[in-house]
Amino acid sequence: MTQIELRGVQKFFGAVQVIKDLNLKISDNEFIVLLGQSGCGKTTTLRAIAGLETIDEGDILIDGKPIQHLKAADRDIAMVFQSFSLYPHMSVYENIAFPLRATRKSKAEIEQEVRSVAKTLQILDLLDKKPSALSGGDMQRVAIGRALVRRPKAMLMDEPIGALDAKLREEMRAEIKRLHIKQGSTTIYVTHDQIEAMSLADRIVIMHEGVLQQVGSPDEVYSHPANLFVAQFVGSPVMNVADAAVAETASSVSVTVGGAAAGFEFPRALLSKLNGHAGSQLALGIRPEGVLIRRDAAEGFLPVETQIVEPLGSFDIVDLKVGSKMLRARTKSGFVSGPGEKVFARIDPAQAHFFDTASGKSLEVRL
Amino acid sequence: MAAVRTSSEIGFNRVAIVAILVVTLIFLAPIYWIASTAFKPRNLATTIPPTVVFQPEISPFVKLFTKRSQLRSPPTPEEYAAAPWWERVVFDGGEKIVRDGKGQVQWSGYPSRFLNSLIIAITSTVLAVGMGTFTAYGFSRFKVKGEADLLFFILSTRMLPPVVVAIPMFLMYRAVGLNDSHIGLIILYTAFNLSFSVWLMKGFMDEIPKEYEEAALVDGYTRMEAFFKIVLPEAATGIAATAVFCFITAWNEYAFALIMTNRRAQTAPPFIPSQVGSGLPDWTVIAAGTFLFLLPVAIFTFLLRNHLLRGMSFGAIRK
Repeated sequence: MTQIELRGVQKFFGAVQVIKDLNLKISDNEFIVLLGQSGCGKTTTLRAIAGLETIDEGDILIDGKPIQHLKAADRDIAMVFQSFSLYPHMSVYENIAFPLRATRKSKAEIEQEVRSVAKTLQILDLLDKKPSALSGGDMQRVAIGRALVRRPKAMLMDEPIGALDAKLREEMRAEIKRLHIKQGSTTIYVTHDQIEAMSLADRIVIMHEGVLQQVGSPDEVYSHPANLFVAQFVGSPVMNVADAAVAETASSVSVTVGGAAAGFEFPRALLSKLNGHAGSQLALGIRPEGVLIRRDAAEGFLPVETQIVEPLGSFDIVDLKVGSKMLRARTKSGFVSGPGEKVFARIDPAQAHFFDTASGKSLEVRL
Repeated sequence: MAAVRTSSEIGFNRVAIVAILVVTLIFLAPIYWIASTAFKPRNLATTIPPTVVFQPEISPFVKLFTKRSQLRSPPTPEEYAAAPWWERVVFDGGEKIVRDGKGQVQWSGYPSRFLNSLIIAITSTVLAVGMGTFTAYGFSRFKVKGEADLLFFILSTRMLPPVVVAIPMFLMYRAVGLNDSHIGLIILYTAFNLSFSVWLMKGFMDEIPKEYEEAALVDGYTRMEAFFKIVLPEAATGIAATAVFCFITAWNEYAFALIMTNRRAQTAPPFIPSQVGSGLPDWTVIAAGTFLFLLPVAIFTFLLRNHLLRGMSFGAIRK
């Protein structure tokens, strides 16, 4: 049972504040991914939990006890580094045994535990090798083994697979997930790769410039981004965001983007859900799969012209010119043959997001 | 896959081999000269042109280690027959080995000077490298206030030629009674090597990723344990390279040894040439003394050669 809680954590590097009033509760066995661009404070947060950085204010609690004054060695937390940090002068066996040697375990106990971890990670045949003789994936398995062997209260992982090539990354991702399901330990994982975050996390914590933006399940942050930053950071290809003007028409509500001649049709319910924001600065956010296109005119579809077509294998991304704005739509591959085609588009109201451009916050409109 | 080499590459290799041979010859010639002279009979040591083929003798080494005096009259056949082989080779040169009243062989000044050199060079190397390693670790890993200034200050101690401070140092040493003492030269050489050691070791320390220690810290070790268990083994290469350089500097140092010591703590470098002045110089003995003096550095460097090779190309190999 390990719960980790951050309360009002602040951290400065000189005059630069890298963590701003961070509050976060992590429950037992949860797999948390800290997601953000480089320099957003995610790694500093992880290192603060590990005890490798001091914090300037706030509390870090493990199982309710503040630990921010404890040395790293006394926190009983294991960490996997991006650079693996295997000790080069030690064999794989010695590397995995190293954390156990800091305890008062007997030789036989250490041997048994190292072998048991090595078996789980399928690296039994590597135990006598030096780290320099290992492949990237095996190095990472050893690094994870070294972290697991102590049965720590929590596992911290700092971009553990960021240094591997794409194919291996995918394999290791699946392996880490399997391992977490099997071993079950509270895990905090730092990455800038949203696919890693989506596939691994129970909950994703998105940070930007030291500020926590949103905490939620992968589905929540994807389907209900809390603000413009999250909306555009999560998801690939990125969400379309355009300043929007809302106007009431006879039968419905029209949302105009890019100063186009006509607006997209939305149900009347939008007006009440916008809750008085209709007149103010509004941005419409829509993921490419929420932009529907067809070849022939139909009720509610606006005529648009295709620009660039990006074939991505299983689907295409098509740029559509709407007024002065470009909207990207996701289509079946080959649906549009090239630029300059006339097609008809509409926005699926159920997938649309509205943001207040002044604060960047989502207006939580769900149609 | 067979390597395909163009004719110009082969030509370049030949030129390179010839160049390497020439350079090697130039470097090895003086060493050969010293080594061969050390084993020559005295009358062949200074012939022109130099004698290349000769019957090697051990007598220069016997003479090097013993106190001798001129024979007034040749030894009687009984005396000669009773003498051990090492005494006969001295008789053959027209000298005899000096013995005290109890018949004990009197040593020359060389063995004690050699021992002094070993004690002073080894101790000052251990101190300079040890202190340099800790200091470099501190500078490399922690935020030290005025780090750049401090490092420059450490380096600045090497900016003057050492001889410039020789006389003030001599006066200070005499005032505190450190002249002609082992500890005096050890302090001097340690101080002299320390700046070099700190700068060299800082380079090596900076190359060791700090994640290694951080991994050890989260693995349950203190910083001190992490230093000894992780950083030191990783720095072994750098320590070896630094130690070789410090040892060579301390071992070869001449000027201060000449000024600061005369008997008790005198090292080999000022002692060997001092033998030239006493009577007709016996170059074979001087060559023998020089030859033995070369050995410790050669052995030390040879023992650490694997580390040195890695040490010299440190930055190139590591990512």
